[in-house]
Amino acid sequence: MTCGAVMQFGKLCLVAVAALALAACEAPGSRDDEDAGKSPAENPFPSTYKPYPSQTLLIANATVLDGAGARIENGSVLIEGGKIKAVGADVTAPDGAVTLDARGKWVTPGIIDNHSHLGAYPSPGVDAHGDGNEISGPVTAEVWVEHSVWPQDPGFTRALAGGITSLQILPGSANLFGGRGVTLKNVPARTVQAMKFPGAPYTLKMACGENPKRVYGYGRGTTPGGAPYSRMGNVAGYRDAWIKAADYKKQLDKAESGGGDPPKRDLELETLAGALSGDILVHMHCYRADEMAQILDISNEFGYKVAAFHHAVESYKIADKLAEYGACSSMWADWWGFKMEAYDGIPENIPLVHNAGACAIVHSDSDVGIQRLNQEAAKAWADGKRIGIDVPIEVAWQWLSLNPAKSLGIEKETGSLEPGKMADVVIWSGNPFSSYAKAEKVFIDGAQMFDRNDPALQPVMDFELGHPGEGDRK
Amino acid sequence: MIRRLLLSFAALAVSPFAAAQPIAIYGDTVWTGTSQGTITDGMVVIDNGRIVSVGPASGGAPSGATEVRAQWVTPGLISAFSRTGLSEVSGVDDANDSGAGSSPFSAALNAADGFNPEATAIAVTRLDGFTRLAVAPEAQSALFGGQGFLADTSGLPGSIFRERVFAFVVLGERGASISGGSRPAAWASLRGAFDDVRFFGARYMTHNEGNVLTRMDAQALMPAVKGDQLILFQASRASDLAAIMDFKEQNPSLRVAIVGADEGWMVAGRLAELDIPVIVDAFSNLPSSFSQLAATSENAMRLSQAGVTVAIVNLDNDSHLARLATQIAGNAVANGMDFDDAMRALTTAPAAIFGMTGLGILAPGARADVVAWDGDPLEVTSAPTAVYIDGDAQPMESRQTKLRDRYRTLDERQRPMAFKR
Repeated sequence: MTCGAVMQFGKLCLVAVAALALAACEAPGSRDDEDAGKSPAENPFPSTYKPYPSQTLLIANATVLDGAGARIENGSVLIEGGKIKAVGADVTAPDGAVTLDARGKWVTPGIIDNHSHLGAYPSPGVDAHGDGNEISGPVTAEVWVEHSVWPQDPGFTRALAGGITSLQILPGSANLFGGRGVTLKNVPARTVQAMKFPGAPYTLKMACGENPKRVYGYGRGTTPGGAPYSRMGNVAGYRDAWIKAADYKKQLDKAESGGGDPPKRDLELETLAGALSGDILVHMHCYRADEMAQILDISNEFGYKVAAFHHAVESYKIADKLAEYGACSSMWADWWGFKMEAYDGIPENIPLVHNAGACAIVHSDSDVGIQRLNQEAAKAWADGKRIGIDVPIEVAWQWLSLNPAKSLGIEKETGSLEPGKMADVVIWSGNPFSSYAKAEKVFIDGAQMFDRNDPALQPVMDFELGHPGEGDRK
Repeated sequence: MIRRLLLSFAALAVSPFAAAQPIAIYGDTVWTGTSQGTITDGMVVIDNGRIVSVGPASGGAPSGATEVRAQWVTPGLISAFSRTGLSEVSGVDDANDSGAGSSPFSAALNAADGFNPEATAIAVTRLDGFTRLAVAPEAQSALFGGQGFLADTSGLPGSIFRERVFAFVVLGERGASISGGSRPAAWASLRGAFDDVRFFGARYMTHNEGNVLTRMDAQALMPAVKGDQLILFQASRASDLAAIMDFKEQNPSLRVAIVGADEGWMVAGRLAELDIPVIVDAFSNLPSSFSQLAATSENAMRLSQAGVTVAIVNLDNDSHLARLATQIAGNAVANGMDFDDAMRALTTAPAAIFGMTGLGILAPGARADVVAWDGDPLEVTSAPTAVYIDGDAQPMESRQTKLRDRYRTLDERQRPMAFKR
């Protein structure tokens, strides 16, 4: 399959190329060079991320949570060539390997936050940095949040110190369709391209409820401000856009099978058509249970799939339906009450969703929360336990790594400590389900990117140089 | 409402016996907040709303006492800065009385007028071990936010036990913006307001001729200017903190505390010398604004080590999640703060800042605000198993626990969820 001319680089080509690449990447980690294989027209902002040098390293004698549900006491993790080579109780160091005695420490996969606005709403939070919401219209599927991400956001380094190794940056929730999200490796870089997770699918941010109707119908000081004014207006807006996208996709499909010219390129419809074909994963901000249920119907009407509901403070009310459909819920441990649609938030939401057999994810949506998602999981885990939902820690860790990886389509590459996967690993000072545990060492693709006890391994962003906080303990 | 009726009936029915029946609360660990320190295998006896004794469990419970066992026992925690009870839903204007941007008044706004003891956030906060709150208004119409108060978290009428305890004044970037656009404008307003109060007679007896304040605002600010009432300043940048300290030195009778103080560690020595307490959010470690460039998660520890009185709060969500101050204090410990200092930051420090006597400690004669926990109170996995306010066992339920219990199972085969209570 070749796409020779720019005019042919409709969604169709992207779709087909991505499908081939997926089919070809049965072996974990083989996506690394996928971006490089595409032309600028197919993939205009390719990842330039390359893993940093790493050594063959045996992390020994630790309590290991492999992230796939197993806990190994006195276990070891062998990292070789930036990948997980072996995990177990009797792993031996090959010749030339460095052995790190991690007695008393805990080792886990790196945490993946699938809801962050770092870089798009960076620190300092001055007006000039407000790049997270393109509120020019309720449907802005044409924008890509990576074009807003400032890689110098000090928040990335704080997240790294909290054990975050990958994260999804999303546009804000002002719009019905907010634009494309992007999945990043949490490595300091000069450009956002050098952070992009190689081969990760694009995502589409959508939003339910209060935000779109507030920002458009009743926003910006004008009445009428324009649709949507109401939740029914929201739904009409989604359906209207999907109808246009379905038509666009039909033209693309027809052109693909030799039935004529592809339609004129349209950034908005390219993204929406990509969501309809399943290449672009839909991530939907939605608080209320009843609204989520309606979104599931809309997705069936148009034949797309919701990868994850975000915030989802009422997922516990329809956890059975979410399990049946197969949508993840990305949740806070305990945020509630800050707006009407968050009024019914409860601290047991995450364990109740997990207990119903649905996919539970702990997310942050915060440059503060992202620094200790392990503690957010711990709170939810403990609150679940108090009502008789006794989830082993090693299973609950899936809320932090493997489930978010699934929601982002990167679970074959990362999210658990399994041979062949990227060596995205955190060594904790103790049980990470404690207020007192700290991430001591963080590895991304086997390269150590952070060390709590070594200032030389603590990144300092440009913004912080020459400021009173430069290089201080954060 | 029903709970209140039940409580009053219960009180009527059993009060003659209740008065005669002490409660002995055993803890594997009892943190007292006094020179008694931390007692292993300890026991706290409460009776008639007061703490009767604190000591080793070997002393044995008084005869007839109800016995309660817990892993940890602590004083009722005190939230040193919140808006809890001022809003039911923060983002719903009609249900939020925290601030009043369109009011002609400022310093005279009495936050107590906006308090609802039955706000659902009160029970949620109590369930995490907080028995007392210092509540501040938001400053929206001027840098003077108004008058703060102290309340318990029983959710009952009469929860407020002291009104007009402090005057809340916002400086720094927010104070600058609300005063017209600059720090000089904020300081002009502050000094002008002080003059208005000092020359109250000349300026207000016949006409309303204050430079900055209305007559009512000047009257309300009078106790603070005289040094009879605490002024709680909000500021973060080291230079702002220095300016507040200069002001304090120029006006030695003022009673001053500071909330925010993200760069407080840079001026910690002077804060300690001037005996100015601070209320910090120990999570703050980002340059979120140009006033927080030196923010560090070691701020609370460094201030504390310098001898400053430090209280720890959640400034990120101060109405519905004030209770997360325990997690924040635990993280302060992980970042080097002494455990006892972190506990004091939730108990004795706020009690000292706001002059709450007999609270924040487990000591004979103190008010019986006591919390029994299933683990270390600063651990994210711990929670209270019992909470006492003035000796009364508190209901361990909230709107959240009711929602939880309704949806614990999703079986609607017989009847809709709405019938489940």
